[in-house]
Amino acid sequence: MSKRLMFVVAVLVVASLVLAACGGQQATTIKIATQSPLSGGQSSLGVDIKNGAQLALEQLSGPLTEMGFKVELAPYDDQANPDTGVANAKQIVSDPAILCGVGHLNSGVMIPSSEEYHNAGLAFVSPANTNPKVTDRGYLEVNRIVGRDDVQGVVGAEYANSIGVKSVFIIHDKTAYGQGVAEFFKKRAEELGMTVAGFEGTEEKANFDPIITSILAANVDMVYFGGIYDQAGVLFKQAREKGFMGTFMGPDGMDSSTLAEIAGEALVQGGGMVYSSVSGPASVYPGTAKFISDFKAKFNAEPQPFAAQAYDAMAICLKAIENAAKANGNKIPTRQQVAQAIRELKDFPGITGTYTFNNIGDITSAKYFVIKVVSADKTKWGENEVIQTLDIAPPSK
Amino acid sequence: MLAFSLVSGFALSAFVIVLAFLFQNTAVGASVMQRFGVSLVNYTLLNLPQVLMDGLTLGFVYAAIALGYTMVYGVLEFINFAHSEIFAIGAFVGVEVLIALAAYGLIGGQNSLLSAYLWLLVALLAGMLVAGTMAVLVERIAYRPLRGAPRLVPLISAIGVSFFLQDAIRLIESVTTGQFHRIIPAFGNFDNRIPLFTVAGNTVDIQIKSLIVIVAAIIMLVGLNYLVNATKVGKAIRAVAQDRATASLMGIDVNRIISMTFLIGGTLGGAAGVLYALKFTRIDPFVGFFPGLKAFTAAVLGGIGNLTGALLGGIVLGLLETFAGTYMSIFTMGVAGAEYKDIFAFGILILVLIFRPQGLMGENVAQKA
Repeated sequence: MSKRLMFVVAVLVVASLVLAACGGQQATTIKIATQSPLSGGQSSLGVDIKNGAQLALEQLSGPLTEMGFKVELAPYDDQANPDTGVANAKQIVSDPAILCGVGHLNSGVMIPSSEEYHNAGLAFVSPANTNPKVTDRGYLEVNRIVGRDDVQGVVGAEYANSIGVKSVFIIHDKTAYGQGVAEFFKKRAEELGMTVAGFEGTEEKANFDPIITSILAANVDMVYFGGIYDQAGVLFKQAREKGFMGTFMGPDGMDSSTLAEIAGEALVQGGGMVYSSVSGPASVYPGTAKFISDFKAKFNAEPQPFAAQAYDAMAICLKAIENAAKANGNKIPTRQQVAQAIRELKDFPGITGTYTFNNIGDITSAKYFVIKVVSADKTKWGENEVIQTLDIAPPSK
Repeated sequence: MLAFSLVSGFALSAFVIVLAFLFQNTAVGASVMQRFGVSLVNYTLLNLPQVLMDGLTLGFVYAAIALGYTMVYGVLEFINFAHSEIFAIGAFVGVEVLIALAAYGLIGGQNSLLSAYLWLLVALLAGMLVAGTMAVLVERIAYRPLRGAPRLVPLISAIGVSFFLQDAIRLIESVTTGQFHRIIPAFGNFDNRIPLFTVAGNTVDIQIKSLIVIVAAIIMLVGLNYLVNATKVGKAIRAVAQDRATASLMGIDVNRIISMTFLIGGTLGGAAGVLYALKFTRIDPFVGFFPGLKAFTAAVLGGIGNLTGALLGGIVLGLLETFAGTYMSIFTMGVAGAEYKDIFAFGILILVLIFRPQGLMGENVAQKA
């Protein structure tokens, strides 16, 4: 090894020791993790989950700071991939400063990752996961502030029935979320007497020709896609180009302006496009006006769906840590105490609703929406029309 | 060649029609009757023309990518696995050019149709240029230093380059645009459909962009055949392919010719990338992976190293995949749907490697010493 290289190595070693020593002095740091796709095809939703949480942390960590804690955000990128989510979850639970977490976007990532959180007793508040299994395992650490797919799928099927849809072709993306909601939709659609002409899972992202041929042959009124916008957009566009003139429908995974960017006119031609959601456009929540203007000022963009929910999830984390710390004599609470404190919150006033959790971590009453796309222009996504708003309690076991 | 694609199309059609007759009076037929209100045979026949058309188009997409694999293999006897990323680079450059043009208002909206085609050509050329240059660079940096090494070494290097380029695109796109998928702007009349003929009230049509893909792939094949068989450079390429040492004794600059081969292969890959983006709208840094694998399969199927074989292999694969995707869920009553169509593509690869390793068109040449 040359002398110069030795010198560089020596400097690095010394520097790392000094830095490590600095880190050791801040014993009162509390970290709150976020996990969402920050890169990849679903990043437009995932990044805004992080940004929404970040905004809440900056605005609402005052009480904790006054108690002498330093509050930090620890963002992680799950890439919408279960493997990455679990690997990150292992890192998150091994950092003792992390007391609470906000995430994920995808149920298929949340379900395996939350096994890690559960084992470590670390509470997570989900701003977006709708698969029933997320909370049905009954873990103390797993909470969500949105509705469930076993209700959302039913809401979608009932809406389809109300506009006179007689036959439907169902496609899903084979994830826990997409396939799950598609199955609930299918079950209800069949109960209502609709013909389900096809039920196909696909990971295809480019060439939907074979499926579209089947759709056209079945001559259905509606195509339901259980999945996320980046795949759905391409399918919808190609189906319209090949002459499908019925209605497109999907769950809340459709709710991103990127869908309009990909599919364009296909969303408004023919029967148009509707989606069910557990998160209405920010304008339906009276408390979000300030959030929207603050968000735009800070990040220079319109908040995507679930950004406001992420803000609330973070607010719940902060409040629970504060309550737990107070109960613990203004000292750092344990993860267990924070998880308990979340469940003990009563009528917590968030910007997207008032939240009380039941014994499995679902909120006692969730909002469901049916929304119609009004423009092929992606900048007008926020103007999509809310056709139905329903308040429904989670199904009792 | 035309005859061959017709034969494979007919063979597959006959196969599904026979299947349809066999299953007509079983539970399969009954489920089709109940779901679609037509008999299984009618259902199969009604879809057939469109399936053939779609399969053919997909086949030409694979063929366009396969030409690059086969070109490099012909000369170096080495699978350039980084070709799928060269293809992705072409797609990204083409789409970025079109996005920039759309931002300046040069395409889309009120612009004339002629300008749309001209700008598409510009995007195509830009994609070809950058992809070709990248291919030459990759050869210079990652393959040339390993030319004397055992055959496995450059292969592993190629896989490394492939990962490197994938993540390089990912990095550049996420740093500059904040997201890493790109969407080709809507412009021109490429989405319009041209009706071809009507069968029993069903109009079979083809999209203009599919037509562009087919025409471009044929031009690429013809141009490449001319280049390899009728020009001086082509003669040099064939000489290097036959015997590198003797070729260099005859005064051929072997390094230059190999660079040239990569330039041609990369250029074709870049063009295929832009055409792919035009046809399928959305691209991401991993866009090259599956089409690359399938194009490689097509090249092996047709006989790797053989240019016409690449086209044939592509068409067979495209037809097979579209047939499987459309009819599998019908004949299995929804148990195995379109999601399993790739089994056929890669199943074929295995069968070919076992029973006819030289491929459909490949000559059974002895391995070079």
